[in-house]
Amino acid sequence: MQTEGKPQFDHALVPYGVYFKVWGALVLLTVLTVSVSYLDMKHVRVLTALLIATFKGSLVVLYFMHIRFEERMYAYMIMVVLATYAIFIGLTFVDYWYR
Amino acid sequence: MINDTAAKPHDAHRGHTVHYDPVAGKIGMWLFLFTEVLLFGTLFIAFAVYLQKYHFEFREASGHLDKVMGAANTVILLTSSLTMALSIAVLERAKKRLSLLLLTITILFALAFLGIKSVEWGAKFAHDLYPKSATMLQKPVGEQVFYGLYFTMTGLHALHVIIGAGIIMIAMVLVKKERTHAERINFLQNTGLYWHLVDLVWILLFPLFYLIG
Repeated sequence: MQTEGKPQFDHALVPYGVYFKVWGALVLLTVLTVSVSYLDMKHVRVLTALLIATFKGSLVVLYFMHIRFEERMYAYMIMVVLATYAIFIGLTFVDYWYR
Repeated sequence: MINDTAAKPHDAHRGHTVHYDPVAGKIGMWLFLFTEVLLFGTLFIAFAVYLQKYHFEFREASGHLDKVMGAANTVILLTSSLTMALSIAVLERAKKRLSLLLLTITILFALAFLGIKSVEWGAKFAHDLYPKSATMLQKPVGEQVFYGLYFTMTGLHALHVIIGAGIIMIAMVLVKKERTHAERINFLQNTGLYWHLVDLVWILLFPLFYLIG
């Protein structure tokens, strides 16, 4: 990645086109999630909505929030937080189901 | 990496002797964002538990939210994230005026989002649907919980939109005064991270409240 010889510490210039493509994908996914919500899906309704939302969220974190272009450390930090949150969810449901 | 973070007196020629450490600034911002994730995260867990418990009531109540307005607000926030990301990208290329224009557009999108949100809340209040209203108290407990979570979570999110717009205004002043510029861009980058998190929270809120009906 180019740095144009500037004293950039940890940041490379990302081409504008990347942001436009990600935005386009996010808008299309929004249209998709609203469209499928009109279908009669019964059991997979919430799951489908969550899967599409997770994919959209990943695009925002990876490209808009630059995790794709940063050092790995930031991705590891996020994974630690998500793992902690997953444990939090797991313990809550164990408590709720077996109380 | 650690060695690179040592203080470099970039702005000495500007008379600034302030220590500038963009890596520490960015890590600090991420740590703050993690606390925000857990703040909204606990509310999402509450939503998940009550969705299990009151599945039919949640579907019924969700069907009464306006999908079109929710979707419009989603597209508005996504587009505001694009203009925010671009404002940073152009300032990195030293295009100050274009960056200020993109930040102005981002704030206008934030106001549009709040406008639609207030129309939605207004319509609910006009139908006497707000926590503890006479109409609300006659609804099944599950629907009361749904609306309680709806007002709490979208309200907390709207508060973040308002704060985010305020921070963007501060960033604009800093860019205008050239305290924030291509070589010293951490404040604008952190502003962007905050704004994208606000967008991220809405991306998860929208389908859970509007699309399960």
